[in-house]
This record gives sequence, C-alpha cells and structure tokens, in this order.
Amino acid sequence: MQNEELKTIIAELLPAAAFEEGGEWLTVQVEAADLLALAGKLSNNPELNFNYLFCLTCVDWKTHLTMVYHLRSTQYNHHLVLKVKLNRDQPDVETLSAIWRTAEFHEREVYEMFGVNFLNHPDLRLLILPDGWEGKNPLRKDFEDPINMIKL
Amino acid sequence: MVEELGKTTEGDLVINVGPQHPATHGVLHLVITLNGETIKNVEPHLGYIHRSIEKMSESLTYRQFIYVTSRMDYLSAHINNHACALCVEKGLQVEVPERAQVIRVIMDELTRIASHELWWGAMAMDLGALTPFFYAFRERETINEIMEETCGARLTMNYMVPGGVLQDLHPDFQRKVKEFIQLYKRKIHEYDELVTGNIIFQNRMKGVGYLSPEDAISYGCSGPVTRGSGVSSDIRKRYPYEIYDKLEFDEILETGCDSFARYLVRIREMEQSVRIIEQLIDNIPEGDFQAKTKAVLKLPKGEFYQRVETARGELGVYIVSEGGTTPYRIKYRSPGFSNLSVLNKIATGSKLGDLVAMMGTLDLVIPDIDR
Repeated sequence: MQNEELKTIIAELLPAAAFEEGGEWLTVQVEAADLLALAGKLSNNPELNFNYLFCLTCVDWKTHLTMVYHLRSTQYNHHLVLKVKLNRDQPDVETLSAIWRTAEFHEREVYEMFGVNFLNHPDLRLLILPDGWEGKNPLRKDFEDPINMIKL
Repeated sequence: MVEELGKTTEGDLVINVGPQHPATHGVLHLVITLNGETIKNVEPHLGYIHRSIEKMSESLTYRQFIYVTSRMDYLSAHINNHACALCVEKGLQVEVPERAQVIRVIMDELTRIASHELWWGAMAMDLGALTPFFYAFRERETINEIMEETCGARLTMNYMVPGGVLQDLHPDFQRKVKEFIQLYKRKIHEYDELVTGNIIFQNRMKGVGYLSPEDAISYGCSGPVTRGSGVSSDIRKRYPYEIYDKLEFDEILETGCDSFARYLVRIREMEQSVRIIEQLIDNIPEGDFQAKTKAVLKLPKGEFYQRVETARGELGVYIVSEGGTTPYRIKYRSPGFSNLSVLNKIATGSKLGDLVAMMGTLDLVIPDIDR
C-alpha cells in the first residue's frame, strides 16, 4: 500500500494523528494516551496488517523523550513509523507487548537505558544492566560516568 | 499442567546455565526453572559483555563508528560494517562504484559461509560430536585466510567504509576464492554424511523447539529462525540492497518449524552463497573501489534506517542525525536480541537436554545481543 492510502486509513482510525513526510517511510506522531488503541488497530486491521515490529527504540531530545516504533507488514510489505513524545520527568507509556511479543524484551531495554516506564508491562526489570543498578539511565544525554567514559 | 508452567511451586529446581558454559557460546546466563526434567521457564540474564556500543557511537564520527560495529556480531563483521556504510551512504546520497558493490557482496557471502560453518561445527559439538568442528574449521580457515590477505584481519575486518571498500582486492583474491569454491564443492557432502543424515542428530533435532510462524513474526525473529518456520524474511530478496536484485539465488524456506528445519535452512543457505559468489567472481568490474567522499562526513538532519541480512538475520541501523559530524543517536536492531527472546517460548515444556539443540539452532552470538 502506498503512503497516501495508508494516510487515509490511519486518519480514519485516529483523526488526531499528525503525519510527518520526508523520511523513507510514513511517520505518524501520536499522543501517549492514543498509542495502545492505535497500535491494536494497526495490527488487527486486515487491510493494514502491521504484524512485525522490527525496531523499537527511544531518542533523548534533552527537552523530551521520543519513543520510535518501526512497523511493517510481512504480508503487504508496507512500513510505518510511530512516534510518541514523552515527558522527560515522568515518561509513562502503555506497553505494546500484548500486541507484538518482541516489544517485551525491547521495552525492558528502553526501560533501563532511558527510564521510560511502561505501564502494564508483564515483567519490567533490568535486562542488561547489573542487578542493583542505581543512578541515571545510561543512554540519556545527561549521563556522566567519569571513570569509564572517555571523551575524545 | 499448562497453567502451572511459568510459576515456581514447591519441588521446582532452579539452575543456572552460564555465564561460563560451553553451550552458551559466550557469556550468556540462563536461569532455568525445572520440574523434574521438564523446563518450566527460561530467563536470560544479559549484559556480561555489554559495551554500550550505541552510546560509544554517539561520540564517534561517521568514519569511526563503523569500526566498533565489527565487535558486535563478530562472525558477521563484514555485514555489520556493510549495514553502517550503507546507512551513512543513504544519508550522504553517495553513489557507490559498481566494483565496490560487487566486492562487498562477495565479502558478505564469504562471511555468511564462514559464519554458518562455525555455527555448524559448534552446534554439532554442543550435541556431543567433536569431529564436525574440525571439518568446519578446515573450510572456515580458508575463508579467513582469503579475508586476511585483502582486509588485513581475520575477524574484525573493518573493510567496508562509506563510499566503497577500504582498499582494492589482493591480486590473488579471485584465484583463491575459486580454489575455495572447488574445495567446498568437493567437501560439502561430508557435512550431510556426518551430521544431516545421521539418525542420532536427527532424533535430537526433529520435533524439538517448535516455533509457529505466527510466533516467529510476533517475537520479531528474523533470518534462518523465521525461514525454518516457513516465513519469508530474507532482506536480500524482499528489500534488496546493492546488487542483490540482479543476482540469481533462492530464499530457503523450510516448513518443519523445529530445530531440524532451522538446521537445514542454514546448510542450504551456504550453497546459495556459493552460487552468488560463482556468479560474481569472474565478473568483478574494473574501476574505482571507493567513491570520492569528503574527509569529514556530515549527514544532513534527519533519520536514516538501513537493514541488511546478516548470517543471523535482520540487522537494522537507525541513525538520527542533527547535521553534525557525529550521530545524535544510533540504534542497532540486532537479530540475536529478538531471536533470543523467543527461547522461553520454544523451550517451555520440553526437556532440559533439548535446550542445547534449541539454542544451537537459534545461532546466538552474545556480543550481538548485548551490544
């Protein structure tokens, strides 16, 4: 399906969705509150069938965090990028692990690296960082580690 | 029975496999809950070789960060470098000379064979046979020597750079690759005789680690793991990069959904890689091996995503650029990370002895998972 058709369908599913152009794939900005409902529809809608979440990550923009979800349909080969802006001090967002199981692992990584709190996540614990890790989240831009980080 | 799985009750035994265990091929730590001999839960603990390559890359320039990626999936170093080089080229909109493209594809496919060889030997070793390991290394060493001549290194090649490849091919390259193909064709039947057709191996792999096509997609698996469940996922075929759309090769699909299906996919993939190399080795075009690029690379503001098919599956490189000389954020979508997440799903309910056969066919490389 082409970007224009995708746009039409998604605008029907969620009128508040804001589209971004210019990237390789169609990008949709949604509010954190709308994410779970939209994601469910994207995966269930037989015309869209976004069944493969191939990349889930977060970007720290210093003023806010942005969750980025890369989706594609293995059936139709179309792509979509979902973006959700989060408050840096209280980053709460619903988990998508019930829709795409791969999100469970990836969200645990984002949780420890960025401190994003995934609501209703089945198993939100540290995955890569050692047990008992205290302090800031390593992939945030204000993380400092004077011993191990060498600035070039 | 099914309701009880995943919950620890009295009489359960919790054992640790790893982080120092030969079957985990690196520092992977699995906490396994057992009821008798039956696995109730497998929980991977990661991070023993976490170097935060993503954070490191944020302070390295677009020429420098590629070198770090060789240390992720060290068995697919060429292909990791390739993904990064392609992603930077996408941002710079550089046209890569045809000679460089052909060289890159040949290197990728040699890497794929070498990686699958090691997997094959190590997998057989996990299941209790030492001999196949030496057979696999006989061919793998030949590839490593070819790589060493041209790239100067055997494992972390760092040969692919934005715009092309670092230096031209060694004069002996073509001859040695052809010799390797001859050797490989003479010897490949030994693999089948030793392991594939062996009834003991078949019994240990067939029906073990059932992964349904729906789960393979939902868990974000890629590479031979999905293709063993009959799901087409080869990036080279579906979203071609470089010259893959002009080459003749088959995407191997098996419908067994078990460890044996995943095993067969990898074995037959090696033959396809040889087929690709045969098409290219006599037809390397003359010309530049590197496009002219500026000494200091600056990507325009924006986001760039590039994926390639490594020996383990889909590797994605996601660069967020703010227009500077270093990436603002880099994410590596590593195939091993997603493939590992499915281990609990396929192992639950089976016997402890089968776990090694499942892990073997997931082809986990731990530095790739931890990054």
